[in-house]
Amino acid sequence: MELVFALAIGALTAGGVYLLLRARTFPVVLGLTMLSYGVNLFLFASGRLATGSQPVLGTAAQYADPLPQALVLTAIVIGFAMTAFVVVLSLRNLADHGNDHVDGDPKKRTPASKHARERRPL
Amino acid sequence: MSLPLVVLLPFLGAMAAPLFAQGGRTAIAIASTVPALIALAALFPHWQTLADGGVVLHTYEWLPAIGLSLSFRLDGLSLLFALLILVIGILIILYARYYLKPEENIGKFYGLLLCFKGSMLGIVLSSNLLLMMIFWEITSLVSFLLISFWTHKKGARRGARMALTVTGGGGLALLAGVLIIGQIVGSYELDDVLAAGPIIKAHALYPVALTLVLLGAFTKSAQFPFHFWLPHAMQAPTPVSAYLHSATMVKAGIFLLARLYPALAGTEQWFYMVSFTGMATLLLGAYIAMFKHDLKGLLANSTVSHLGLIVLLLGMGTELATVAALFHVINHATFKASLFMAAGIIDHETGTRDMRRINGLWRFMPHTATLAMVAAASMAGVPLLNGFLSKEMFFAESLALNLPGYWAWLPPIVATLAGIFAVAYSARFIHDVFFNGKPINLPIYPPHEPPRYMKIPVEILVFACLMVGMFPTISVGPLLYAASSATLGVPAPDYRLAVMHGFNLPLFMSFLAFFGGLLMYSQRKRFFAFHDRFREIDEKAIFEKVVFSLGLRANRFTTATENGSLQRYVMLLIVSALAVAFLPISKMGFFIGSNGLTPVDWPTATLGAVLIASALATAAMHRERFFALVLISVVGLLTALTFVRFSAPDLTMTQLSVEVVTVVLLMLALYYMPSWTPVESSRGRRVRDMGIALLAGSGMTIITLAILTQPFSSISEFFLANSKTGGGGTNVVNVILVDFRGFDTLGEISVLAIAALGIFAMLKNTTLTPPPGDGLGHAWARESHPTMLKQIARPMLPMALMVSAFIFLRGHNLPGGGFIAGLITAVALILQYIASGFSWTEDRIAMRYHNVIALGLLFAVITGAGSLAFGYPFLTSTFGYITWPVVGKFELASALVFDLGVYLAVVGATLMMLVSVGRINPHSAIRPVNSESSYGADTTTLTQRETE
Repeated sequence: MELVFALAIGALTAGGVYLLLRARTFPVVLGLTMLSYGVNLFLFASGRLATGSQPVLGTAAQYADPLPQALVLTAIVIGFAMTAFVVVLSLRNLADHGNDHVDGDPKKRTPASKHARERRPL
Repeated sequence: MSLPLVVLLPFLGAMAAPLFAQGGRTAIAIASTVPALIALAALFPHWQTLADGGVVLHTYEWLPAIGLSLSFRLDGLSLLFALLILVIGILIILYARYYLKPEENIGKFYGLLLCFKGSMLGIVLSSNLLLMMIFWEITSLVSFLLISFWTHKKGARRGARMALTVTGGGGLALLAGVLIIGQIVGSYELDDVLAAGPIIKAHALYPVALTLVLLGAFTKSAQFPFHFWLPHAMQAPTPVSAYLHSATMVKAGIFLLARLYPALAGTEQWFYMVSFTGMATLLLGAYIAMFKHDLKGLLANSTVSHLGLIVLLLGMGTELATVAALFHVINHATFKASLFMAAGIIDHETGTRDMRRINGLWRFMPHTATLAMVAAASMAGVPLLNGFLSKEMFFAESLALNLPGYWAWLPPIVATLAGIFAVAYSARFIHDVFFNGKPINLPIYPPHEPPRYMKIPVEILVFACLMVGMFPTISVGPLLYAASSATLGVPAPDYRLAVMHGFNLPLFMSFLAFFGGLLMYSQRKRFFAFHDRFREIDEKAIFEKVVFSLGLRANRFTTATENGSLQRYVMLLIVSALAVAFLPISKMGFFIGSNGLTPVDWPTATLGAVLIASALATAAMHRERFFALVLISVVGLLTALTFVRFSAPDLTMTQLSVEVVTVVLLMLALYYMPSWTPVESSRGRRVRDMGIALLAGSGMTIITLAILTQPFSSISEFFLANSKTGGGGTNVVNVILVDFRGFDTLGEISVLAIAALGIFAMLKNTTLTPPPGDGLGHAWARESHPTMLKQIARPMLPMALMVSAFIFLRGHNLPGGGFIAGLITAVALILQYIASGFSWTEDRIAMRYHNVIALGLLFAVITGAGSLAFGYPFLTSTFGYITWPVVGKFELASALVFDLGVYLAVVGATLMMLVSVGRINPHSAIRPVNSESSYGADTTTLTQRETE
């Protein structure tokens, strides 16, 4: 059981990371979403895997660890907020640059140091 | 109380100074003297204690954990420096009243001057080394601001930067040195440090600590090879030069050496480092001063030279030399400050400081000339003036220094040589400026005597020179004795302050210096010709070059690592994470904990296999964006199933509803975006990325496996035990969210709200034109709101809301709660937007989502604060049971109100996010696109269309 679970997290991470490294915004958003699935499952795993023991008092003989569940619950919601934010960021990028490359316009790329180079000593 | 007050008052005055600036120069000058006068009055009562060798200590605790305390100490040494700072400060304020023009920013000037005074007093009165460091740094900063007071001058800005770089860098070294001393002693309190002298000197780190402290002192006091900043700081207004860069701030390094004398001095390293640095500075400064044509340049280099003299005396390490050093501190401050003021007057009245043009001023301003000549004579060391006395002591000490062999000749020779130069440049100051023919081409002609009051500070200082020179025992004897004893840590040795000590070798050296100097000045043309043969080292150019090349190198490094490509940054981030994790993981290897693996059942295996397959498929087929979206929603659904499989029903419900919202959001985004991703990366790059992804995935698998098979103990026992009795609910997850960890939840809904507001702000006034079709050759559907969907969606709303209310209410005891209910409500409302269009829905559901979010946060905070009113900590919940007709016994918990806040915040935030995206350019696909219409304009046309 643990092996399947671990492999699933591995697959989610691998897929997420690969997509994160793509050059267009949409795959990056997908990658981020997938990576957060993986991370949520990973956090959930810190409470170990338990079958049929939901942490609702009086419904089971043993209870699964409720704390990681509570943390993951908020993490899911926050993860959604983050995904939404990144989606909107990419939409804004599209509106401002006319394309959906993660580097803005790759032809007119401005390295961080370009601004610094323009600055001469006093 | 009086000592902290003395330090604090100037800072308060600095804050008030700009207010008085309205009243003109006189008003602000008078107001600015108040802190100094009060401070003098506050210090006066302590005199008797100090004269008896006592110490006044005021200690207040500040940050005991790091050894920083607000402790102040007044002894002879700090009194000597405090008096210099206060008295010369008052004179400078008076002088600056006439020096500055009314249209200048006098509020800023006086404010900074007072800030400086406060921080300088802080240095000399601190009894805690860390506290002293703070004031030390403030003086560097204020000095920077004062040098660059005339910000329009390029030279002033550069000089200020140079001064800050050198003194600031030295400050860092000093801080390191102080920290080492603190580590050795175990305390930063001055009493402990001074008492621990033998321990410090025996410690292995002593050489390092001493070097660092000396770096700090030498940079501040402009010692060779850091002396170059001081002449360039002369771009400051003259009162600043007189006050900071001759009388007080540059003496801070000397003060430090004197202060730490018992703790650090008396070793060979001290002797060689301090005395030889002083000797080099003494000679170099005197030599350069001779050849400067700028009045202030001459004085600045002379200051460097005199500072070198004092440092040399301190380096000698004998008790008498220390007395001489302190004596010279007083004398130098008086004659040099008055000379600077005189130079400022000359500059003021003639419009130039070039000694090749200023000649024969005696005829125009005899009064000023007399004062300047007396002060310059004191600088040269003419008898009956104070400069003579300390110089005589210096000559005597240089003879008493017992260096082995021929080296014994070095100090007296250097001393005499420096004396010759000093006489020569003093003679030049007098003769070149006041005599030597007629002025040449002065910008202001004819020069006049300055206003009466501008001369008063100079007169007072010159009078002091004379008094000390003729009656040393009466005028400074007790103060010098107290200061020397405090510096040495033991009663000062026997010494005699007298105008004449009889005919002896030091007198002969003075004699030699005097006539040698006059001779040198009379032959100055030859010396100038000799000097001109060498190319002058322009420290400023070198400094600028170094700074520039440093900047260039930093730039190159940045360009090499940061090329502006986000793609590369993400790669670097992931690779560094992998690199950090690599070693521990490879050490651990494929680890199965003691719990071992449990057998797999078929449903779970299938679930896992499909999850893995769809995750990998999403990555593989990401170019077809709609398809990838479908695949990733499969991944999301399977994740939800995984949660329910492993006993987390709350998570499943959350994940399911989030999934719906996410897919709607991504669909909306895809409406504006291209529907497919072009091939961007080369094959090699894709293989590289696959490698990185594979490494990351396997790393996570190994870690997860190791965690899952490991036995553990959790703090959750507490939550399980207290959920019902303490929180009044049986759904432990929900009770944790709204009760045990309510503060976390409050933070999380705040983040949610901020993200929603961010999205709203980012999309405000943004226009995006959607492509006419999906990019794969299909046009969008002609009918944007299918009738079927419309008809089904409308009755769905009340049903969905009912479900949501049910889930919300039962949340405390069964899976559910505010988060899930909020998401369900949001989905129900979103469905209306999708089915019936934007304006239709907005007309009917008049909700401002900003307000919903605000209300939610308000509920949560008020519930939390409510418990404060009953004397419980923030967010303590309470509950009780009421019996309703029909429904029966029902639990009412204050946590329910908190959960309501969560619910509202989630509804508001989610809807605000989706509606903001949907709003960018609604309905444009089915009509000719007006690309310039913002959403506001668009909605109006839309309403029109619908009413047609």
